[in-house]
Amino acid sequence: MKFGVVVFPGSNCDADCLHAIKVVTGQPVEYIWHKSGSVDGFDCIVLPGGFSYGDYLRCGAVARFSPVMTPVIDFAQRGGLLLGICNGFQILTEAGLLPGALHRNKNLQFLCHDTHLRIENNQTPFTSLATAGQVIRVPIAHGEGNYYADTATIQQLEENKQVLFRYCDPQGEITPAANPNGSVNNIAGICNRQGNVLGMMPHPERCAEDILGNTNGQLIFQSLLQQWQRRCG
Amino acid sequence: MFQAKIYVTLRKSVLDPQGGVVRKSLYAMGYQNVPEVRIGRYMVVDLEVADQDAAAKQVRDMCDKLLVNPVIEDYTFELVEV
Repeated sequence: MKFGVVVFPGSNCDADCLHAIKVVTGQPVEYIWHKSGSVDGFDCIVLPGGFSYGDYLRCGAVARFSPVMTPVIDFAQRGGLLLGICNGFQILTEAGLLPGALHRNKNLQFLCHDTHLRIENNQTPFTSLATAGQVIRVPIAHGEGNYYADTATIQQLEENKQVLFRYCDPQGEITPAANPNGSVNNIAGICNRQGNVLGMMPHPERCAEDILGNTNGQLIFQSLLQQWQRRCG
Repeated sequence: MFQAKIYVTLRKSVLDPQGGVVRKSLYAMGYQNVPEVRIGRYMVVDLEVADQDAAAKQVRDMCDKLLVNPVIEDYTFELVEV
C-alpha cells in the first residue's frame, strides 16, 4: 500500500504525517508536491495540516486550486482513500469533496490541546479497527475548526452516519463543555457519502508513537492498512 | 476599466464570534443601542473590462468560485468606472 502526503506551500504537518505513516504502517510513503499533475500509483493520499498559502482569504481556499488538486479530486471521485487533517479538512470542504465549512473557533482563540473523540461509525476504512463508541484522545491545534453546515446537511450527515468523530468528555459523553470550538453537534470529523474521503480537525499523526506518550492516533493508519490488505491482499 | 467593491459577511444563520465580542465591547463603552455587529471582509478588485455587464458577470463568477464561500458567507458588490 503506497501512501502520499501532499505538500502545499505553508503545510507544516507534512513531515509528521510521513513519519507517522512510515512508523505505524511500515508501508512506502512519499511526498507529493502541490504542483504535481498526477497522483498515479498512490493508494491513499493525505492532505496534512498547516497554513497552506498563509491561510489567505480563507483557510484552504487557495490550496483548493493548486494543480495537484485536480488529480486528487479525480482520485477521490474514483473511490481513492483521501484523508484531510486540520488544514487538509479545510481544503476538502473548500474543494467540495466534503460538505460544510470550518470557521473561527467560537471563543476566537487558537486551541492547542488534547481532546477526546468518540468514534461514531466503525464501518469505514478509517475506523474499522475501532470498537463502536470507542473513545480516543487526540490533540487539536487550530484557530478555525468550528464546523458549520446548514440544518438539512447536518441531518443528512447524521442519517448517513457520516459523522465519524465527535468531541466528547473522557467518559464518551457528548457535552457542550467537551466541544472546544463550537462545532455543530460536536463534530470533529466527517466522511463523504461513499466513505472514502475523511476530514478531521484533530491530529492523529501527533499521537501515533510510544515516544509521544500517546498512541491513540495509530488506529486510523492501522485501519487504513487493514482495510486495504483485506481488499487487495 | 471598472473597480468592484465587494463586501463579504457571514450569513445570518452563522454565528459571528468576532461581531459578538465587538458588540459587547461597544455595550460596555456605553453604546447600549447596538443590538448586533457583523464583521466581514472588504475587497477592492480592478477589472480590465470594457462594459459594465461583463464586469458584473465576472465579479459574480469570481465570488462564486474563490472570493466567497457560499456555505457560510454572503456578498454584495458595487461597480464604479475608473
